[in-house]
Amino acid sequence: MLEVEGLKAWYGAAQVLFEPSFHVGHGEVVALMGRNGAGKSTTLKALMALIPQRSGRVRFLDEDISDLKPFQIARRGLGFVPEDRRIFSDLTVAENLDIGRQPVRHLDGRPAPSWTMEKLFTIFPNLRDMPDRRGAHMSGGEQQMLTVARTLMGNPLLVLLDEPSEGVAPVIVEQMANAIVELKKEGLSVLLSEQNIHFAELVCDRAYVLEKGQLQWHGRMADLATDVAVQRRLLSV
Amino acid sequence: MSVLRVRNLSKAFGGVHAVENVSFDVGDGEFLALIGPNGAGKSTCFNMINGQLAPDRGDIQFADRSIVGLKPREIWRLGVGRTFQVAATFGSMTVAENVQMALVSHHGEIFRFARALAARHRERAFELLEQVGMAGSAPRACKELAYGDVKRVELAIALANEPRLLLMDEPTAGMAPRERNDLIALVKRLVVERRISVLFTEHSMDVVFAYADRIIVLARGMLIADGNAEAIRDNMQVQQVYLGAGRTFRPHAQAQS
Amino acid sequence: MTLEALLFQALNGLAAASSLFFVGAGLSLIFGVTRIINIAHGSFYMLGLYLAATLAIKVGGGFGFWGGILAAGLVVAALGGLVEVLLLRRIYQAPELFQLLATFALLLVINDVVQYVWGPEDLLGPRAPGLRGSVEILGRNFPSYDLFLIAIGPLVLLLLHLMLARTRFGRLIRAATQDREMVGALGVNQAMLFTIVFVLGAFLAGFGGALQVAREPANLGLDLVVISDAFVVVVVGGMGSITGAFLAAVIIAEVKALCIGLGLVHFGAFAVNFSKLTLVAEFLVMAVVLIVRPFGLLGRPQAPVRNPAEIEDPIRPATLPLRAAAAALLLLLLLLPLLSKTSPYVLVLSIDVLIAILFATSLHFIMGPGGMHSFGHAAYFGLGAYGAALMVKFAAAATLLALIVAPLAGLMGALLFGWFAVRLSGVYLAMLTLAFAQIVWSILFQWEEVTGGSNGILGIWPQAPFDSRPAFYFLTLALVLAGVLLLRCFLFAPFGYAMRAGRDSPLRAEAIGIAVKRVQWIGFAIAGAFAGIAGGVFAFAKGTISPDVAWVSRSIDAMVMVLLGGIQTLTGPIVGAAVFTVLQDNVMRQTAFWRGLLGAVILLLVLVFPGGIVGALSKRAAARRKPA
Repeated sequence: MLEVEGLKAWYGAAQVLFEPSFHVGHGEVVALMGRNGAGKSTTLKALMALIPQRSGRVRFLDEDISDLKPFQIARRGLGFVPEDRRIFSDLTVAENLDIGRQPVRHLDGRPAPSWTMEKLFTIFPNLRDMPDRRGAHMSGGEQQMLTVARTLMGNPLLVLLDEPSEGVAPVIVEQMANAIVELKKEGLSVLLSEQNIHFAELVCDRAYVLEKGQLQWHGRMADLATDVAVQRRLLSV
Repeated sequence: MSVLRVRNLSKAFGGVHAVENVSFDVGDGEFLALIGPNGAGKSTCFNMINGQLAPDRGDIQFADRSIVGLKPREIWRLGVGRTFQVAATFGSMTVAENVQMALVSHHGEIFRFARALAARHRERAFELLEQVGMAGSAPRACKELAYGDVKRVELAIALANEPRLLLMDEPTAGMAPRERNDLIALVKRLVVERRISVLFTEHSMDVVFAYADRIIVLARGMLIADGNAEAIRDNMQVQQVYLGAGRTFRPHAQAQS
Repeated sequence: MTLEALLFQALNGLAAASSLFFVGAGLSLIFGVTRIINIAHGSFYMLGLYLAATLAIKVGGGFGFWGGILAAGLVVAALGGLVEVLLLRRIYQAPELFQLLATFALLLVINDVVQYVWGPEDLLGPRAPGLRGSVEILGRNFPSYDLFLIAIGPLVLLLLHLMLARTRFGRLIRAATQDREMVGALGVNQAMLFTIVFVLGAFLAGFGGALQVAREPANLGLDLVVISDAFVVVVVGGMGSITGAFLAAVIIAEVKALCIGLGLVHFGAFAVNFSKLTLVAEFLVMAVVLIVRPFGLLGRPQAPVRNPAEIEDPIRPATLPLRAAAAALLLLLLLLPLLSKTSPYVLVLSIDVLIAILFATSLHFIMGPGGMHSFGHAAYFGLGAYGAALMVKFAAAATLLALIVAPLAGLMGALLFGWFAVRLSGVYLAMLTLAFAQIVWSILFQWEEVTGGSNGILGIWPQAPFDSRPAFYFLTLALVLAGVLLLRCFLFAPFGYAMRAGRDSPLRAEAIGIAVKRVQWIGFAIAGAFAGIAGGVFAFAKGTISPDVAWVSRSIDAMVMVLLGGIQTLTGPIVGAAVFTVLQDNVMRQTAFWRGLLGAVILLLVLVFPGGIVGALSKRAAARRKPA
């Protein structure tokens, strides 16, 4: 459903992505792993066209989206959940969710997974009690949940999740893992950028490993989880 | 003998108690971890100790002297170094200049207008960089460094005024497992060698359980547990509000050398 | 003054507050979403007023007047849309300062277009059909139209508030104000949102201007007056708060009205003319608010912008080729009086260039390494010029003595204003410094007994041995050279590093014991002193000075020089000042509409060289060194 070929990206004069190619299939949860600075977040941002200087071919649902703007990409059904919980802290929970709202999509003629606030509250129960709370007054874990829920309001077909386990309590990381498993059950595809291999192991089918902006390994998540040599070399475990 | 004594510390924001009646000590040469869910009040606690926030109630004593009401830079002058969750260094300076800047400040030479900074305290800066394994990168621009290396430079900066207490806010955030381990091992070594006390917050339980001498746990602004790794790991309340079932970290990781 | 008269004057103030509120609210909305401080917002106001007056006169009647006001707002809104799509859209990724510069250039262009279309004369609109009369309030006649103005302010406030709180569009604006990139990534057409917000903001400004049609004449100075007032409103009210803008507009307008109402007041032997103190009073209000609430009455700390400027490289001592080039240039400058015997104008222009170099270098000192984007550096230039000139006029001081007073005057002014300015950062600081410069200008303009008012001070010529053109040239060269080298030395010393430390990471700087605000304050004062020297030399070079020395356009000139040369290099301001001065000299002699032409050139430069000339050159050199 998502096919990426030869992605390149630059920050100023510095090139950070050196043509990784990868794909995500229907209903798959795929991990994009690597050390800090390996290019994981950059890859997700480049897919969303949030990095001005980039090149390469990105196809989503057999359409070339390489030259589209971020909002057009989002409207095609690619949802993006940023790192560091970028919620709108002046807005309430309900308002945050409203910003993410988009029409229900269809995939192959059938309605794709779609979300209402009520349905989201079953996956993220702690958000149910605080629709009128401002983002600024939520705990980090609650904010993390809201970021994911907000993107789901756009009824995406594929979600790009940027390091959802970073900097949150272990108990929240577990809740996040459960949420991702739920999404998979709903039929959503997920591309997950992650450093925590234990977390990735819980939710992912396949994995790609980046190092210095290049693709160094790819295969089944289960294989990566047992391949200590690769973990040591590429993930500094 | 405790270096830092926190007594009945409280702070509320708009009626919400961020920190409530928290008391603890950091012993001389102790490596103390402060853990807890996001929003439990760890940052608020930290920011009161380093002077960025004024507590509503309570007292903080460093080396037997109350530091409540002092500015961050005054607290630094008393011998409290700190590192930030997102490493804060001076991007437009070289690695050596970053450390020299801290040394120049330590020696009260900020308002000097003649001799170049680059010529001041060079040897000492190199010594500090050597201790954190960054001497080889001294002439490089700090903005070019990999994140793990920036963290090391930050540590060298924090050590420049020979602190008795180091405050480290999520020191390994954003690092790979081995980098985390290496950095904390380095800190632990320095702590032992120089008899510095460290108070740090952390979400990486592998690191906390492997290295902390003692762990205190905050939840909803209150201290709910205080003990060694084993006691905290087995504490039901801590498991419930923070650790969870322990599926996303290796609960019995050992310190690697 | 009786209580009735005071209350009556307060009503007058309220009538003026509405338009001020509209401009401030528009500025605030646009800034919130696009992060651009639209300096041309004052131009939109001015344009609205001109259009409304013209329509009311040409079309006439109730339709011409009332329809004209609405039409003026709509035309300005459409123009705003055009500006956003054709210009701003291309520079959203550029550094903040370039955006400021671009909108200032726009102000210059619009001002000359207005002058071309309407001519230099003031244009007064007719009185409002249907509201010509007045009502009796407190025993006096109060114009009915002013009552209408008083009512429309709160009405628009209510509408804006409802829009922001209740509609999806309003939610989008509030969300984009916090994180516009994220709004785009959630499927919202960001470009469209920006355009609509800009159109709305422009409409508010144009409408605000148009509403004044029955109260004040349209004139060419309005753009800068209004934008300074709007800056004060936004700083006092708190950036991003519409209600804050309303409160601030009321307070500022009231203070002004009361000052005018008080007029000449005798305190025993002293007589104070309050009507001339309006700007000073505004300053005092702002100062008090900033001390108590640094982010304005209803403002909050600004979220950091998510596309930070590229971090500059570490500074290095000059390389051998650069030293050689500098030595060669110095030799050339020393020989210049000999070489230019046949064309004396070369020396005149060279003195101008040298003064500009010192002025620009002093601004770069705080703007680049200090990270303080001063939009009012001319204040200290002007204080220096007047300091020196007044010494000559009242104390018949020797040239060198007067030139010692010049930096002291700049220093004093910078110490006073800098104390407030360093409490803010980013665009707030830019607006505050601009407002300060306006205050200095208005004091120079209005304190006729001392400064000679608009006529300025005449006959400030250098005494022997500097009374010949070459001798004065050498004096200038010596002072400028010493100034530039000293500032450079400071930058390599701990102080300069401390300024950069405070800019790179205030958090870290404080955590290693650097008193960031104090360092910035001293830096600001040093820059003011060196600008003062440049001003002092300027006074002697011209022989005559007027309040123009402290006028906003001189502040902007200096900023253009710094940006033209490239803010991230130490040689940038020198190159920028030289290029700009020569360019300006040439353009000015070509056409009466040189400001507009200058604006067009700036716009072009901003679009072509977003890193400045030296920045572009060094980037090209770097690219050549290591081919991709």
